[in-house]
Amino acid sequence: MNTELRVVPESLTDSQTVAAAATSRTRPLFWSVRRELWENRSIWIAPLITAGVILFGFAIAAIDFPQRRRATLLLDPALQPARIQLPYDVAMYMIMLTALLLWLFYCLDALYGERRDRSILFWKSLPVSDLTTVLSKVTIPLVVLPLVAFVVTVATQAALLLISNLVLGMNGLSPATEAQLPLLRSWPSLLYAWIAMTVWDAPFYGWLLLVSASARRAPILWAVVPLVAIAAIERIVFQTNYFVSFLEYRSVGWAAAAFASRPHQYLRMIDLLSPLTPGRFLMNPDLWIGLLVTAGFLAAAVRLRRYRAPL
Amino acid sequence: MPCIEARGLHKTFGATIALDGIDLTVEEGRILGIVGPNGAGKSTALHAILGLIAYQGDLKVLGRDPRTERDLLMRDVAFIADVAVLPRWMRVSQMLDYVAGVHPRFDRAKAESFLAKTDVRRTHLIRELSKGMVAQLHLALVLAVDAKLLVLDEPTLGLDILARKKFYDSLLSDYFDHTRTIVVTTNQIDEIQDVLTDFIFVNRGRIVLECSMEAFASRYLEVMVHPDRLAAARTLQPIHERQVFGRAVLLFEHLGPEELAALGDVRTPSIADVFVAVMGGAAGEPQGAAR
Repeated sequence: MNTELRVVPESLTDSQTVAAAATSRTRPLFWSVRRELWENRSIWIAPLITAGVILFGFAIAAIDFPQRRRATLLLDPALQPARIQLPYDVAMYMIMLTALLLWLFYCLDALYGERRDRSILFWKSLPVSDLTTVLSKVTIPLVVLPLVAFVVTVATQAALLLISNLVLGMNGLSPATEAQLPLLRSWPSLLYAWIAMTVWDAPFYGWLLLVSASARRAPILWAVVPLVAIAAIERIVFQTNYFVSFLEYRSVGWAAAAFASRPHQYLRMIDLLSPLTPGRFLMNPDLWIGLLVTAGFLAAAVRLRRYRAPL
Repeated sequence: MPCIEARGLHKTFGATIALDGIDLTVEEGRILGIVGPNGAGKSTALHAILGLIAYQGDLKVLGRDPRTERDLLMRDVAFIADVAVLPRWMRVSQMLDYVAGVHPRFDRAKAESFLAKTDVRRTHLIRELSKGMVAQLHLALVLAVDAKLLVLDEPTLGLDILARKKFYDSLLSDYFDHTRTIVVTTNQIDEIQDVLTDFIFVNRGRIVLECSMEAFASRYLEVMVHPDRLAAARTLQPIHERQVFGRAVLLFEHLGPEELAALGDVRTPSIADVFVAVMGGAAGEPQGAAR
């Protein structure tokens, strides 16, 4: 297991030496990400539980599902897709909400929990740099959580489709058409939406990781209270709400930048069927400013972890 | 190149001075015990050596600066900072996988063969293990690392006497081979007195006494004085006097056994006795010295 990382004899070619050096840099990162997944099993268990609850609820509601479908089909054809898509949208937003909660609690605990239980003293006894550790922790909200949420959403929607077609078929009704339920078209857009949301919202998890690296207690308060305080002071002193609008833009602004049109319906954040505008999204300077700020937060978190004592 | 070389090591926590100018050189192959009352700065010194805290002064460990090169340093340094810092949620098998994954000098087979001699099973969660078993697991991980320097900060705190004995026995039989260096702090100094090659006393962030065990035996002698020779013995300026079973035991520094033999039974004192004498009890006594 450790032989390939032993000092390489000088007779080896440069490329092998370079490869060995690269392995020795990426291996700690790879194992540290695995470690995060071992520790935080809720990252994939919680979305699965949400999916299970949705499917269970849908299966119970399937008793009068044929009746409801018949009623839907009597409506104006323009109103039918929204009705038919409703459970699929509910599934998507429920799993998204679960992922956002996980994301919040994961980031707040990532660099705080190891100081609270003193296990940081063990982690630091291993040849893993603070940078590698912080990168492994940022991989969870940046890569793992969006991917898990996307895969679970697709699986849940596919299962919903299977259950509803089964029930409809047994009751002599035809399955929803592609026009009524455009899942195959919306899944690539969903993946795109997850990627856009993740990179746009990066400053938030950078901020949460920074707070989690610095707080001596109650990181959630340190994360939230300053934002609330700024908003409240602005409201009282200037009677304006620019800061709240700013936070809102920084959290949901990606939807307007990454998609050609916003949905008409209330409560729906994104219209997955509207044309994607990745070019416009990538050209948006606010995206890059946000990523720069994130890098600053993470660099500060790395520095803080270097000398922060256990609690 | 010395294993550890510190010059004017300084560290303050707010208004508290934790390290007040520590100069220390530890050569390769030594086993150094750091002894001092609680809060003397022992752990702070070790944390500086391990690159866990910022400090002022010059410090080189295996030729590296621990402040900026901790991750590289840890390839050659193993440490147990405290008992019970192993993550409680982790499974023993995951622990072995992880350390084997990140540590280029970790010999997994060695760790597993060590664990095979204990009650620790690969399927155990660390939170299911007793304190003694956690210490054995930690020791198994550390002993399987081919390190040049091993740092132990109160490695047996809270363990019962059997577990402590097992810990140090394994350490000596499986690890120490005279090329490796060990630095250890403990309150149970008596238990490791025979293991050490050197020791230092630390108090209020300073080194109060620095002594090798070779020098110790000739430097300090303890005499259980015959009652009728007590007055004579006291004129020789003992550095400490205590009562054992109604007889006075006097501790002398820099006096030969031939001068003292006439006074009573001469023997080599324990480090703990010298500790009490040097610290004068003013700074508080370590648990091991409280008789």
